[in-house]
Amino acid sequence: MKEKAIVQGFTNNLNARNRNGVIWHVIFQASTVVGIIALIALLFNVINGAFGYVAYEARVDPDTLTVDGVPVGEQSKEQLVSLLQSTLSNGAYNKLENEKPFASRSREEIYQLVIERIIRPQVVEVWNLWPSLTQSDEIRATVAKDYPKAELEFVSWLTYDFISRPQTSEPLTAGVRTAILGSLWTILFTILLAFPIGVGAAIYLEEYASENWLNRIIQTNINNLAGVPSIVYGILGLAIFVRALEPFTSGKMFGIVNLTSENGRTVLSAGLTLGLLVLPIIIINAQEAIRAVPRSLRNASFGVGATKWQTVWSHVLPNALPGILTGTILAVSRAIGETAPLVVVGASTAISFDPSSPFSKFTTLPIQIYQWTSRPQDEFRSLAAASILVLLVLLLSLNASAVLLRNRFSRRF
Amino acid sequence: MAELTIKKAEKKASTINLRRKTRLGEMIIQGLLFFSGFFSIFVTLGIVYELGKEALLFFQMLEVNLVATLTTTEWKPHIGKFGIWPLFNSTLMTTLIAMAIAIPLGMSVAVYLSEYASPRVRSILKPILEVLAGIPTIVYGYFALTFMTPILREIFGRDVVQIYNTASAGLVMGILILPLITSMTEDALSAVPRSLREAAYGMGATKLEVALQIVVPAALSGIAAAVIVGISRAIGETMIVAVAAGAGPNFTFSPFVGAETITGHIVRISGGDLSYDSVDYNSIFALGLFLFFITLVLNIISQWIVRRFREVYE
Repeated sequence: MKEKAIVQGFTNNLNARNRNGVIWHVIFQASTVVGIIALIALLFNVINGAFGYVAYEARVDPDTLTVDGVPVGEQSKEQLVSLLQSTLSNGAYNKLENEKPFASRSREEIYQLVIERIIRPQVVEVWNLWPSLTQSDEIRATVAKDYPKAELEFVSWLTYDFISRPQTSEPLTAGVRTAILGSLWTILFTILLAFPIGVGAAIYLEEYASENWLNRIIQTNINNLAGVPSIVYGILGLAIFVRALEPFTSGKMFGIVNLTSENGRTVLSAGLTLGLLVLPIIIINAQEAIRAVPRSLRNASFGVGATKWQTVWSHVLPNALPGILTGTILAVSRAIGETAPLVVVGASTAISFDPSSPFSKFTTLPIQIYQWTSRPQDEFRSLAAASILVLLVLLLSLNASAVLLRNRFSRRF
Repeated sequence: MAELTIKKAEKKASTINLRRKTRLGEMIIQGLLFFSGFFSIFVTLGIVYELGKEALLFFQMLEVNLVATLTTTEWKPHIGKFGIWPLFNSTLMTTLIAMAIAIPLGMSVAVYLSEYASPRVRSILKPILEVLAGIPTIVYGYFALTFMTPILREIFGRDVVQIYNTASAGLVMGILILPLITSMTEDALSAVPRSLREAAYGMGATKLEVALQIVVPAALSGIAAAVIVGISRAIGETMIVAVAAGAGPNFTFSPFVGAETITGHIVRISGGDLSYDSVDYNSIFALGLFLFFITLVLNIISQWIVRRFREVYE
């Protein structure tokens, strides 16, 4: 009787349970695949924008520049120079002469100048990589029909010239040198502010701080600061560095009167703002690295009579250094990719000269990407895609060096 | 003779001061280190003071009363209307869309990584997630505008979906937050001890039952913290919405039309040359302070949950 009841109460649902298991396994796996697809789509999208066909028309027809039956592409260097001299205004001509005398420029360089300054090709339409590869015949037909005068060319927007040229308003000749240098200058001041204070704070919290309310507040505060949106730091930087400390950040305090930046919207302000932003990240990473150094090492050092600072300086820091540096590199790569706080601090919209001092106006790579992305024309989107590739390569190499550093120097105790 | 030497030595020993010396150098260094540690407090105070000061000016300047700000639905600084709802509403919408993507996907990926994936698969997948997490947000903004928006416009029709819309920004924001939620959740799941799983297997549970009925409940506090941190991140996210969600405050519940979020508004207003002490200038401080407090409260809640509900296994 009793045994039967048990058997009756037992429902064999094993198959259903296993089926459930399989279904959810597939769901979990599919979610992971979705994540990977998102990454691939993102990379594909950037590459898709950075290459492709461009149709452009000359603003000045090259045929009109033919002299004595010699087309402009085959003229000698002297002819091209005189062409420049006669077409450009005196001011523009002299400016070019001052940058680099015409006598010392090669014919190729001068021909490039003729194209940039006189013929001035204008983009009429841009195609991405995918349509360029799959529908090239249709593209050719469209161009032949709609823009009979235009030339069609398959271009890579990312070239060596793109990296080495300054920013201009002409998509075909624009470059990111100004932005890259701006990023480097900014990061320099970020590191100068955040690294010493960050490591100092980590040493204090791990080695010196006793368990009391003040130190608990400091620790909690650092954790909270790490979660504050980056744009809030931008507003803080605007209030403190750009406005309150204007004499310092604009260089007036040091007697440097910089005509290009009478206000505090400078490389220095930007760097310090990003420094505040990454400070909590550096502290938290450095704390972890210091914590990983075993107690016994410190005790041995104290045992032979070293003072606290001697112990920290000669034993704890050398062992924690790879971890600290790895954390700092990761924080720096975060700072390099930051856009929002710098927009608020006041990155310049269009500057074509390189930053030359802490008190220069600035633009950075992400700011440049933002500005190009916000413009409706496709050619600027392509420029944005090319600069994203530059930024990603920069960040990837930074992260790779962090990983290398970790693997090469990390010690296990 | 020998006795004398011993006596001398004894005398000398008795004068050695065994008390700890005060070393000036050590004290200076300790002072500097304390200053570094205390510096972060200055940053917080700076945020509260500077933002609070200008925000106060903002409310005084226009005699905007707080009630009107919190109840009206028009944000038009040039005619003195400061209803925060259009901005707040679109922030809420992008955040909701982002979380609708990031929570289910992020948790599924975390459960997969922690419970199902073989060590080899994990060693491939985790770096991919780290790469996703390390991509700057402006790149996601580009992605939203040039990839997600065209896809949405293909699916729902060009006249329904505007070029700038909150749906596209929210979806891409979900992808941005996915690695954050995944890694925090996965940490929580892997902290659950092996013995709990073994016990459940011993009772005849299937892999899914172990994962969802044993491991996930045991890690619930960590998972909740991950979700809250994700929300706080979504509220403060700026560049995606600045690029893809549209310019101009717009009080709407449709995800397919452009609407400016709080962060997007701050970026647009400060992008031009902002003159000090104008209404616009002061308003971004008020909005910044608002953001600061919302994210601060969310972060504190998440830390509290972790502390309060954490199961400690020995």
